[in-house]
Amino acid sequence: MNSQPAGDRSERLDGLIARARALGQAWKPRLAVVADWMTTVDHKKIAILYFLSGMTFLLIAGMEGQLIRVQLAQSELRILDPNLYNQLFTMHGTTMVFFAGMPLIIAYFNFVVPLQIGARDVAFPRLNMFSWWLAVFGGLFLYASVPLGSMPDGGWFAYTPLTNREYSPGRGMDFYVLALLLAGVGTIAGGVNFVVTILNLRAPGMTFMRLPLFTWMALVVSILILLAFPPFTVGLLFLLFDRNFGTHFFDAAAGADPLLWQHLFWVFGHPEVYILVLPAFGIASEVIPTFSRKGLFGYPVVVFSGVLIAFLGFGVWAHHMFAVGMGPLANSVFAGATMLIAVPTGIKIFNWIATMWGGKLRFTTPMLWAIGLVSMFIIGGLSGVMHASPPTDLQQTDTYFIVAHFHYVLIGGLVFGLFAGLYYWFPKATGKMLSDKLGKWHFWLTLAAFNITFFPMHFSGLLGMPRRTFTYPSELGLDGFNLVSTIGAGLFTVAFVPLIVNLWKTLRNGEPAGANPWGAPTLEWSTGSPPPHYNFAVVPRVQRRDPLWHPWIRPEEEEAGDHEDAGPGGVEPRLQPEVAPEPVVMPSNSWWPMVMSIGMLIATVGGLGSLETTLVGAAITLVGLFGWAFEPAFRDGAGHL
Amino acid sequence: MYRTPTDISNRALAALTGLAARRAPVSGGGGSCVEIAAVVAALAAGLGACGGPYPQSAVHPASDMAVKLDDLFDQILWWATGVFVVVQGILFYTLFRFREKQARRRPREFHGHTLLEIGWTLVPALILVAIAVPTIRVIFEVDRPTTDENALVVEVEARRWWWEFSYPEYDLVTANEMHIPVGRTIDVRMRSADVLHSFWVPRLGGKRDVVPGRENHIWFKADSTGVFLGQCAEFCGVAHALMGFRVIVQDPSEFQEWVGASLLDAPRPTSADGRAGAGVFATSACVGCHTVRGVATAQQGFGPDLTHFGSRLTIGAGILENNVDNLVTWLDSTQHVKPGALMPEVEMSEEQLRQLARFLLEMR
Repeated sequence: MNSQPAGDRSERLDGLIARARALGQAWKPRLAVVADWMTTVDHKKIAILYFLSGMTFLLIAGMEGQLIRVQLAQSELRILDPNLYNQLFTMHGTTMVFFAGMPLIIAYFNFVVPLQIGARDVAFPRLNMFSWWLAVFGGLFLYASVPLGSMPDGGWFAYTPLTNREYSPGRGMDFYVLALLLAGVGTIAGGVNFVVTILNLRAPGMTFMRLPLFTWMALVVSILILLAFPPFTVGLLFLLFDRNFGTHFFDAAAGADPLLWQHLFWVFGHPEVYILVLPAFGIASEVIPTFSRKGLFGYPVVVFSGVLIAFLGFGVWAHHMFAVGMGPLANSVFAGATMLIAVPTGIKIFNWIATMWGGKLRFTTPMLWAIGLVSMFIIGGLSGVMHASPPTDLQQTDTYFIVAHFHYVLIGGLVFGLFAGLYYWFPKATGKMLSDKLGKWHFWLTLAAFNITFFPMHFSGLLGMPRRTFTYPSELGLDGFNLVSTIGAGLFTVAFVPLIVNLWKTLRNGEPAGANPWGAPTLEWSTGSPPPHYNFAVVPRVQRRDPLWHPWIRPEEEEAGDHEDAGPGGVEPRLQPEVAPEPVVMPSNSWWPMVMSIGMLIATVGGLGSLETTLVGAAITLVGLFGWAFEPAFRDGAGHL
Repeated sequence: MYRTPTDISNRALAALTGLAARRAPVSGGGGSCVEIAAVVAALAAGLGACGGPYPQSAVHPASDMAVKLDDLFDQILWWATGVFVVVQGILFYTLFRFREKQARRRPREFHGHTLLEIGWTLVPALILVAIAVPTIRVIFEVDRPTTDENALVVEVEARRWWWEFSYPEYDLVTANEMHIPVGRTIDVRMRSADVLHSFWVPRLGGKRDVVPGRENHIWFKADSTGVFLGQCAEFCGVAHALMGFRVIVQDPSEFQEWVGASLLDAPRPTSADGRAGAGVFATSACVGCHTVRGVATAQQGFGPDLTHFGSRLTIGAGILENNVDNLVTWLDSTQHVKPGALMPEVEMSEEQLRQLARFLLEMR
């Protein structure tokens, strides 16, 4: 029996409720912030989300790379189990390409493109958030294989028949296929979004030949995504069906050709290289002119060489297959096409150097990274020409020479470009200047670590070190080179410390940046740092390329009135008013992209073998789709200023 | 065979102390490392020199095909080195000359220069033509089937994770060690029993992928005798790293001797242990997969033919030296020596293992 008086009980209950309310009140603003980030449609916030998720996966995949180097430090080591080693190199490659590289370039597209073209957001803001959720869920789904102990182990290239059910009976390759299908939907949606944004949302006067180079490359890359991902999706579906539903798309015993997978994979895989590298070239084409105090040399040539690289990039995929026995004619054709790509790449490099020639070079941190990119990419490009030649490639393919080559392209090109962009646009995104001193430490340490790790791989590869082997016999005589590579890899981790310290210190109390700390020429520097929610209080009218430099770089011309369409009513784009003169309507936050992505994630989980789960996921997806479709983009009373 | 992490530090120390006296290991390999990475290269070359000789090197050719590939590589390397030096030179000169100084005028804007653009389009294009012409010549030399009617055909069957070599001319089958005569064209025809593999003996020629459902080939003529290391070069699963093989290039007379000896049935074991081992072999699980001509024929042809096993140099597809102790280790803990190997570990006493090893080694 309850002997307590009733009043005592209700008092205690009241107390509890009051405490809960107070707790709720205290947490409410914090929860509101979290909810805001989960439902945001602001391209600048989505850019930050992409950056954070991309960097997280970059660090995870980097650690996997470290473990690989530890295992290979000397010959005949058994630090890692061979199965684990195979899983690690598969996860390292897959993560770096799909869950670090892609999200990071899309982070930069998201932040920079709307600002550079004078737009207030991307064309499809909710679709933008949907893409991010899928990128994250794809990555989380892939890594769900880790606690389950069945990481994919067939390589990021997943060659059949090794990846068929018969030879990979575990769940690992199913995780790979399903994760990439899920993330691929988001990537294709992102491609659509940026193509439409760049085609349709340019400010008045922002003609194609006035587009900043980074935006140009974002356009080219978005088109590449739209053309390259579908064949890969087809290949992944074939593999999914071969593994789970008894089809024979790649089954030699049933008369199919396992090489079909290689064609489908590389007709995506090679353009993917340009998807990753062209944005970095775009960043270099922004940073180098700014810190040379001089417009980009040969602008149209640089633009069209980028377009040409992308176009040729679709005609070279079989250079990954010179050893499969395609015959002399096919090998010659693909060799010729591959060598041809060196021409537009060279043109870019020469134009960057010509941009610096006669300039007034300021070696700020972003500039150092951009110069590092040019210098390192030359090495990656030249080794690329070596295995563009099929006979030479017969010795180099599947050795560490190739590992050296593509790390010079993807670190020397992509990662150096991303860091150039990080130091360049960080003040714009946060309003605070990163420390130049720490930035330079970061640069020089990375440059050294990178070369110590990967340069010796040219030698070990030529001297007989094959790829994707968990160990090598000591009789190969390659312990020395491998040890150097491993030491370099350790230094690589150390090189991240100044970056992290820099980010931490700057975010706590960095120097304020101001609208245009670098004296840069493009539109994003005409608005506040960080830019207001609506980006531009007044939509700029663009009158020429490098609009913010126009008035002062050639004063003599200005006086002579010798500049393009300076008609009356033209707004000087570098001066944005503090407050918008009239209300700006911005799209409202939305939960539906998240709901729909969760539905797709659940459906994907069901792909591991539960039809019921897939159906539940499909139902949620459908609910999300309809909720999204019937939700007004601009809700009454919300989003107005 | 496998060393512990503590060995790393010892090796590193030994390598570093030897650093000063060493020099770059390969003449052709290092032309392009000056500039920024000078220290790196010195370190790499120094440490690298502690290794070697390089039995699996692509730049120490010993056959007509390997020589062609290496010559072509040398040509391209020279072009690449030239371009590297010139372009990095211009880059660094530009950086130095136009670095910011206090009293400099504002830079003059110039937007482009048509002649320059044409120039740096044409010059690289011409260099690429200079590379493409010999490239295509060599492609047609090495990629077409051999026209040498006197060629010795060797059929390769790649399996997870070992190699079977058969000589139709002699009706002879062996595993993991391919004997060939020097100076005669060898026409290697390859098939896969399961997944993708790649046949690669760098000093004798480039890679050729072994693709299920089709026959690929490669041909070469070795120009010197010796033992050459080969290895599977296409990722093929757990034990991919341990799928090595040897090519033993012999004088024609020695090769004929080897063929003659190999065609005979396995010799009778001479020692008591060996005879006991033959009994163990014939009554154990071994004969399920392994054939020894004259002793037992495999019920299924999953494993390598072991006739004349004693004359082979290595165990387990090129991973262990062939001797009694290693054989016992291999038989006793196959899954440790070669994780993933499809050979089950046999349940045998220490004595039986030793007898079995003796038997195998006495079949020379």
